[in-house]
Amino acid sequence: MGKLYEKLMQDYRFKEGMKACINCGTCTAICPAAEFYKYDPRSIVDMVQSRDEEAIEKLLKSETIWYCGECMSCVTRCPRKNAPGLIVMALRSLSIDEGYFIHSEKGRQQYVINKEMYSNILNYGYCVYPRTFKYEDHPEYGTTGQWIEQNLDEIHKRVGSNLDGDGPGILRKIPDEDLMQLRNIFEQTGAFKRMDTLKRLSKERADSLGLTEEEYSEQIFNTISEGHFN
Amino acid sequence: MIYEGKKRIWSEYQKEIPEDNYFYVRSCIRQNFFPASEKTFLDIVRNRLGKDFFETQHHTTCGGIAYHSDAIPQETVMTIIARQFALMTEAGYKNYACSCITSFGLYTETMETWKLFPELEAKIREILWKTCHKEFRIPENLAHASDIIYKFRNMIAEKAAYRLVNVKTGKPLRVVEHIGCHYAKMFPSRGVGGAEYPYVLAGMIESWGGEVIDYPERRHCCGFGFRQYLVKANRGYSLSNTHKKFESMAPFKPDMIITNCPGCPYFMDRWQYVISELEGKTYGENGYGIPVFTYEEVAGLVLGYDPWDLGLQMHQVAVEPLLDKMGIKYDPAKKYLGENGKYIGKPQMPRFIKCC
Ligand code: SF4
Ligand code: SF4
Repeated sequence: MGKLYEKLMQDYRFKEGMKACINCGTCTAICPAAEFYKYDPRSIVDMVQSRDEEAIEKLLKSETIWYCGECMSCVTRCPRKNAPGLIVMALRSLSIDEGYFIHSEKGRQQYVINKEMYSNILNYGYCVYPRTFKYEDHPEYGTTGQWIEQNLDEIHKRVGSNLDGDGPGILRKIPDEDLMQLRNIFEQTGAFKRMDTLKRLSKERADSLGLTEEEYSEQIFNTISEGHFN
Repeated sequence: MIYEGKKRIWSEYQKEIPEDNYFYVRSCIRQNFFPASEKTFLDIVRNRLGKDFFETQHHTTCGGIAYHSDAIPQETVMTIIARQFALMTEAGYKNYACSCITSFGLYTETMETWKLFPELEAKIREILWKTCHKEFRIPENLAHASDIIYKFRNMIAEKAAYRLVNVKTGKPLRVVEHIGCHYAKMFPSRGVGGAEYPYVLAGMIESWGGEVIDYPERRHCCGFGFRQYLVKANRGYSLSNTHKKFESMAPFKPDMIITNCPGCPYFMDRWQYVISELEGKTYGENGYGIPVFTYEEVAGLVLGYDPWDLGLQMHQVAVEPLLDKMGIKYDPAKKYLGENGKYIGKPQMPRFIKCC
């Protein structure tokens, strides 16, 4: 067994999600990503089951694996109980941890996603936190969103939140001891290691382009090249 | 006939939902965008139905959005989940209720994976001890908060101040129900009614007097897609999927949409605004959008809560057309007030979609 396939086999999502694929294409028919992007979960599953190391490496460096929305609609429908969505998750993790993500535009976006998620979780204990969710980055938040942002404390008080307050409740301040435990979990389970890989390779790329960290982040957050769409 | 037959098959997916004594955990997205929904839920179950729901300030995100945007490894998310289970164990509870659908799917996946691979559960237990000095029992029962409202839907109907009926015509309101993908698409037997014919929201609608609309893209994802929304460059994915759903439901002329996932109502509400700004197109009557609600908001309206206490002013699409159809009394002048009636200004009017 090749090195990459062996690594995939260690991922529980892969173990659960990869049985024999009969290439029926049902997953592709139901997939919301396949309609929007040049994306075909059937061919991903088929390529992986071939165990062809070269093909798998190509896949890990490609744009393709980043198109999935992880909705898991494919899981309900696959007649062979495969889970293309879970297989994609295993491929993405491997692509990040092996550093292959840096070869694709969609893969490179992972750096900004990680920055945002880690900062929200480790500083506040939430994946999404209202003081870091900015209208400027989210114009679809709408005119109501703008109004909420401008009057954040007042509106949350009005509807009964406990924003940054003590004790239980909506958007309470999560105690430091709990945030410390999250940090310990990140350390022990390889989350910081994943971030280090993302940081190191993203910095190398930013340097090679002569961009500051901020400019580079801005670029990967906003850039869409031609060729992704159906 | 085939449809009826299938409905019968899926109706066998009737999960067990305990009567009482829950450990309750919140949702990041719901707290950010629909905070009053969680407040309403707890008020209904505790004060109207007399149930015991325990909450601790020590619970955190389950890490679900980070996990499904591939930011954290599986072991990270599993240990965070194990920590939440430990908090439940310490508090002396066995029934776990969560507000988020991403969490619900992830808890289910984690428990199923541990069943298949006990060595992984053992490893997570070890990591949890090392990092947090905690131990846990797996919940005897896992419910999404919508399962609980579903279970008590008829009791809510008995206490109803308003029904999902158009007071002018006397006809049932036409309701689109949208189920979060992670509720049952991975593990159909864990959701009420399974993945193809989920009954969790349909049951509420029927019990409260409305009529459920069946339309082609009923089971299509709202388009969140995690990284497909989080990164600005990818958001066309999210918008296109919502657009597809609205184009599919529009001919059926829905009066309202009800959802059980915290993210879906945000996207279905806000993308309607974006579609109107981009194309000048609106999907409701007379230039309005189709109002989108959480199930807690709808339960609250049925029970006679004030719409602004329910936080409906935080929606972009105006809810007033629906309030008027239901005959709900409300004070338009109070919509945008802050705490204690303080005037804090109003949102700007969008260019196309009508707001009140
Ligand atoms: S639905 Fe299942 S069997 Fe069919 S192509 Fe997709 S993964 Fe293979
Ligand atoms: S999980 Fe991914 S591959 Fe499966 S249907 Fe959703 S977007 Fe498509």
